[in-house]
Amino acid sequence: MAWQWFHRMGSPRWFYEKFAPWEKGLAIIAVILLVVGAIWGLGFSPAERLQGNSARILYIHVPAAIVAMAGYYVMAISGAVGLIWRMKMAFISLKCAAHIGAVLTFLALFTGALWGKPTWGTYWEWDARMTSTLVLLLLYLGIIALQSAYSNQEAADKTSAILALVGSINIPIIYLSVKFWNTLHQGATIKITGESSIDASMAYPLITMILAYYLAFAWLMIAHMRAEILQRERKTVWVQDLVKESE
Amino acid sequence: MILLPGMAQTLKACFRRELLIGFRNRGDIANPLIFFLCMLVFIPLGISPDSQVLAPLAPGMIWVIALLATLLSLDRLFMTDYEDGSLEQMLLSGQPLYLTTLAKIWVHWMMTGLPLTLLSPLLARLMFLPSEAFAALVLSLLLGTAVLSFIGAIGAALTVALKRGGLLLSLIVMPLYVPALILGSGIVQNAVEGFDNQAYVALLAAYLLLCTMLAPLAAAAALRVSLDT
Repeated sequence: MAWQWFHRMGSPRWFYEKFAPWEKGLAIIAVILLVVGAIWGLGFSPAERLQGNSARILYIHVPAAIVAMAGYYVMAISGAVGLIWRMKMAFISLKCAAHIGAVLTFLALFTGALWGKPTWGTYWEWDARMTSTLVLLLLYLGIIALQSAYSNQEAADKTSAILALVGSINIPIIYLSVKFWNTLHQGATIKITGESSIDASMAYPLITMILAYYLAFAWLMIAHMRAEILQRERKTVWVQDLVKESE
Repeated sequence: MILLPGMAQTLKACFRRELLIGFRNRGDIANPLIFFLCMLVFIPLGISPDSQVLAPLAPGMIWVIALLATLLSLDRLFMTDYEDGSLEQMLLSGQPLYLTTLAKIWVHWMMTGLPLTLLSPLLARLMFLPSEAFAALVLSLLLGTAVLSFIGAIGAALTVALKRGGLLLSLIVMPLYVPALILGSGIVQNAVEGFDNQAYVALLAAYLLLCTMLAPLAAAAALRVSLDT
């Protein structure tokens, strides 16, 4: 009985119907939090002592970077679940996490570059964190490319699940080796944040934004997954009935 | 996994078969080496023939080119066996696909990585790499090209069923090559600057061991999926 919810999760139809209210609810909460957090962070939190107003991009950049990384693990765990229990939904979740994760990684890199210009005087620096985020983007793109190369859906799902798992074992090694390389080549010339802890007046809007990003991630995942279910199950009776009803 | 009595024989038989095929297609051994040489000719032509300019670039450049040469040889790894059905027979034989894959990767390394390693001091001379770094270069390539073969095999197995998998293969494998490239060229760079290399060599060797254990597993799983389609 305890595992019933898990088995039900394997049914695309059950997921599609059950998560319809979740999609709406999460969308509303995520958008409200995003708006509140953005206005609070960009408008009312104090300007940073050294960087002034430019540091406010922190509220957009940091949550994107955090959730981009988490997205990879959502993807890898989905892949493992899919390979072990052969769940259709797990592969759908893998595909959606890859797309959303790639967009978030790009957003993190892009806002990081915008932040870098006024603060460090350069859009790009081969700093350890930036380099490993760029590699993360490449890993995401590799999985998306592999997904779209196969016309056979099952092969696309399973191969990308294997690649996601291989990548998840490699990610810590990549991060450590990039850090290693970075200290060898240039030392710590630039530090984004020092040891000093962040003040509460800046921490609260930041936490709000991180929460908002996570909720937005969940919302987009569900929305994307429901769309993907319709796409994949388009030949089944229940989807065709659904389409007829809406007409 | 328990070592069954038949396993050592399977491994030996696979190994012999792969070696035999490798030696009968000598062109496949030569091609990556010729590519390696071509690229090394291009660098002075494209940048500068000045030894002051080339020497600092040498460790990284040699490593990047070795990586590209390995990458180009990868799509042949499972392709012929996939096309003529041998791979299917290996799967049906009841012997673990892990062993077959392991033997294939070993031989792939012996046919591409090893010759490349042996040739590297000659090519390093063309790039004006200081001679005290030659030993480090050979050692780093010896360990590193094996890592490249192991990780590359996963990519090759994932894309073997695709008609035009070559570019995609490079795309999915390259991000995974980052640690090998960093550690490998780091060994050479350290030797040039006269630092101690033990930590780097130990890390690269550990990475190789990890790849030896896990990569054939992932590649075998990927081959199963590819054979299903």
